[in-house]
Amino acid sequence: MNRFVEVVRRDLRLALRQGSDSVMVVTFFVLTVVLFPFGIGPEVNVLERVSAGVLMVTALLASMLSLDRLFQADYEDGSLELLILTPAPLSVVVAAKMLAHWLTTGLPLMVAAPVLAVLLHMQAEGFTTLLAAMALGTPILSLVGGIGAALVLGARRGGVLLSLLILPLYVPVLIFGVGAIDAAVQGMSARPHLLILGGILAASLVLAPWASAAAVRQALE
Amino acid sequence: MVPAMTQGSPTTFSGHDLACIRGGRVVFAGLNFAVEAGGALVLLGPNGSGKSSLLRVLAGLLAPAHGRLAWNGEAVTDDPEAHAARTHYLGHHDAVKPVLSVAENLRFWAHLHDPHAERAGRATEAALARFGLAHLAGIPGKMLSAGQKRRTNLARLLAAPSPLWLLDEPTTALDRASIKALEAVLAEHRAGGGMVVLSTHADIAMDGAVELHLDRFAVAEDFDEPAEGPES
Repeated sequence: MNRFVEVVRRDLRLALRQGSDSVMVVTFFVLTVVLFPFGIGPEVNVLERVSAGVLMVTALLASMLSLDRLFQADYEDGSLELLILTPAPLSVVVAAKMLAHWLTTGLPLMVAAPVLAVLLHMQAEGFTTLLAAMALGTPILSLVGGIGAALVLGARRGGVLLSLLILPLYVPVLIFGVGAIDAAVQGMSARPHLLILGGILAASLVLAPWASAAAVRQALE
Repeated sequence: MVPAMTQGSPTTFSGHDLACIRGGRVVFAGLNFAVEAGGALVLLGPNGSGKSSLLRVLAGLLAPAHGRLAWNGEAVTDDPEAHAARTHYLGHHDAVKPVLSVAENLRFWAHLHDPHAERAGRATEAALARFGLAHLAGIPGKMLSAGQKRRTNLARLLAAPSPLWLLDEPTTALDRASIKALEAVLAEHRAGGGMVVLSTHADIAMDGAVELHLDRFAVAEDFDEPAEGPES
């Protein structure tokens, strides 16, 4: 457990010192969402209709932007070898790195989302559900994305490959996230959608660190 | 937990009939070795003879294609985490983060190996002093020269105690004084019952070290190479 905290602290410290990754992710999120009113026009009802989808799709893309750095930097400077050789199980170390990734990218996205929702004229009923869907959805992005990031380690043009691998896996998060918000806006219960998101999160919490650890080990053979 | 380095029990680390295949090529086969507490093994051989591969096999980063590794007769694959706890591996990369200071870099690895924070903190300072890095402790990693990075990496060996050191060309980029310091550290480690396996092209003075020439375990298979790839 100590080692888990130690890795999280180190990755957070690295992210804060370098700074660019989180800032880049949030800026991308904000800028892309702001482009939509320009692209599809300022009609309130149109923006309102697409707001949930735009926010979720953009959040997926933004979170993916920083994924290739999750293991790549450690892979290049040899830290990953040493992380494998720590006395803790590798899946614990990998889970710590995923948590740090979520704290530096998923969490800022979650904070920025309601502000952008106002910009897209989302109805007030959707806000709590938007936050809940982001709270359940963004950790899944970090967890599942981590598997992809580990799989493309050492590959040329890993970033492109990563999107091809991971985007299809993000579809459930998109469907149930948007479904929850739409349901809430239309006065129906968002609970079933959120429960399914929670289920996916629970499954990926267990499976993703394990799968990712196996992929990291493979990459360093 | 840090394994105790008791001098009374004769600890041995041995490999039996090891083979390694890289990129479809047999690098070495039929390799046996044994290191006892206080012993040292020097891996020699030309480039590509498998020194680094062997060290990665010993560290547990690479699974041997054949054969087994044993610590006191018990296969290391039975408990890879215990093997990680007693091993320090030093590879080609220095694993120094550019935005963390030398002390922060070192403290992270020390804490990871030895969760006892206070002890690891004290050991970190001693390790820095030992490799002449005390005055650089607050300097970020990106400002370091290649030799200073290597010394930071070497200081990791002392920052958390482990009986088995696997060093892949530890003297790369080191100046004469630092090589002397490294030799002294290695001698001390062995005197305390530690083991050292290292590969080198330079001369490192180590009394009573056993030499292992890896080219003797190479497998002659030159004849089928043209079939594998186009030769110009």
